[in-house]
Amino acid sequence: MQLGAYSFGDTQRNPDGTLRSTAEAIRNLFDAIVHADTVGLDYFAIGEHHTVDMPASSPASLVNAAAAATRRIVLSSGVSVISTDDPVRVFQQFATADAVSGGGRIEITAGRGSSVESYPLFGYDLRDYEQLFEEKIDLLLTINRGSPVTWSGTMRPSLDGLDVVPRPVSGSLPIWIGTGGSAPSSVRAGRLGVPVSYGIIGGAPHRFAPLAELYRRTAAQHGHTGEDIKVSVAALGLVAPTKQEALDRFYPGWVNLNMEMGKLRGWPAPDDRAYLAQAHAPGAYYVGDPDDIAERIVHLHGHLGHMRHFLQMDIGGLPQEHLIESLTLLATEVKPRVERLLSKK
Amino acid sequence: MDTIAVLGTGRVGTAVARIALDAGYAVHVAASGAASEIELLAEIMTPGARAMTAADAAREADIVVLAVPLHKYRNVDPAPLAGKIVIDALNYWAPVDGVIDEFEGRGLSTSEIVAEHFTHSRMVKTLNHIGYHEMEEDRLPSGMPGRRALAVASDDSEAAEQVRGMLDRFGFDALHSGPLVTGRAFEAGTPIFNGSFTAEELRKELSTSVAALAR
Ligand SMILES: NC(=O)c1ccc[n+]([C@@H]2O[C@H](COP(=O)([O-])OP(=O)(O)OC[C@H]3O[C@@H](n4cnc5c(N)ncnc54)[C@H](OP(=O)(O)O)[C@@H]3O)[C@@H](O)[C@H]2O)c1
Repeated sequence: MQLGAYSFGDTQRNPDGTLRSTAEAIRNLFDAIVHADTVGLDYFAIGEHHTVDMPASSPASLVNAAAAATRRIVLSSGVSVISTDDPVRVFQQFATADAVSGGGRIEITAGRGSSVESYPLFGYDLRDYEQLFEEKIDLLLTINRGSPVTWSGTMRPSLDGLDVVPRPVSGSLPIWIGTGGSAPSSVRAGRLGVPVSYGIIGGAPHRFAPLAELYRRTAAQHGHTGEDIKVSVAALGLVAPTKQEALDRFYPGWVNLNMEMGKLRGWPAPDDRAYLAQAHAPGAYYVGDPDDIAERIVHLHGHLGHMRHFLQMDIGGLPQEHLIESLTLLATEVKPRVERLLSKK
Repeated sequence: MDTIAVLGTGRVGTAVARIALDAGYAVHVAASGAASEIELLAEIMTPGARAMTAADAAREADIVVLAVPLHKYRNVDPAPLAGKIVIDALNYWAPVDGVIDEFEGRGLSTSEIVAEHFTHSRMVKTLNHIGYHEMEEDRLPSGMPGRRALAVASDDSEAAEQVRGMLDRFGFDALHSGPLVTGRAFEAGTPIFNGSFTAEELRKELSTSVAALAR
């Protein structure tokens, strides 16, 4: 089981609650990725967002910077909002990082995204929501299969035997579909024969078991078997030396995040009981000490059979030192426990 | 009144189909395409439901639940839904869905606008103000203390009454708030949309919210 983290580059806060700079947020994120590599984490993903509190707007740039500064860690977007981007450009950027890194540890996770802020920013129409995703994922996968590329669709000019370079060191990049877990999305990933990454942000994670089964059986029905048919899980979480410390550290950022979303969406103030319910099994937040987190990851593995589990730790302006400690504990304390528990099964 | 068609096999559609099956209804599920495209989905996500085309699913049902993305409701052919009770579970939530011009500026609820497309159906607004996993988790048998209540708005009080009975079988109390316009009181962003209420609490909340609409 691979373990890792993902981030939207959450902006830190001053003691009075105001946001610090977005540049500092990106610098902190970069430092955290390098640290994750140093302590031996398997995976780090950067999720595209375009807001002052979540400024990781350009995952490819960070993946390139980190590709040069790290040795072993797998780097990915999580997700690239492919609907409102150009798949040619996205592929080129990640293939460049693949070349810089020496090859074999750069991936793309393409998704529709959990928010729609990129639509007005890049001038796309929300009425094309499904069509944009359907076509652009198809183009991205076509480019990945080889160059020169011939492709046509309705949402973007066609390509007639054009080269898209550089080519990945091992011939192609792992391209995942990142989804919040609806049945039609699971069917789509299975039909395309690509690995699927479930973002689980609330409710009991084992609810996703039927979706994973639907994905795998759809893939088999379409003749896709082997290596590429696999599942990963992205979830909220934080590791600290004790459960109580983890709960206390994660909570202020969780409140901030919910306040921001509440302002935008007209939600009532966040509710502590909901926090505590989600932060204990079978809830969705992997907030705890190494034993707790390892047990819950292994428990979920019994339901989903996923090969990678990675946590979003730095929500709502988590202090950098807590992020760094959590990354260290995930690599050095949680990982051996997970391996031990899995080997006993 | 024993067959329910659910149009849409996303998060909301599959949850509604499962609770309808649990409540003993015959359930048809449909998405935008052929039945064969969702057969495996239905087998795994809504075991016991029949995968059909939207037109066939609706034609043979007593109650049709709309669970398609809001901006796609016009793709649903209104003809097979004529004369049926149609539950509109859709929401317009600009911060999440983006701005859709058609739903801006008229001060109408989504259901009033959607009803203009399904002119010959008996439109009922409900199930929009409960999260898709709460639909499964918050169910309780009739008479249990703390049972969650849902609001039902419809111009057709007989249809509202039938839907109330259906929701009771699903595991919820239900209150008829009045004609379809009163559904504005539980649109996205309202206190009813954001909260969770027992019948008594919902009655109180509805009486203030509906009275405020009249002003
Ligand atoms: N999220 C919630 O908790 C919640 C609660 C209450 C209400 N709602 C509202 O419910 C609606 C559906 O939300 P969702 O999250 O379930 O969406 P979703 O997961 O995106 O699923 C939409 C489903 O509708 C199908 N569909 C699209 N066009 C269709 C057509 N013309 N005829 C029949 N089926 C069609 C899609 O199938 P294809 O793959 O074939 O296109 C898909 O199965 C939204 O308006 C939402 O605001 C959401």
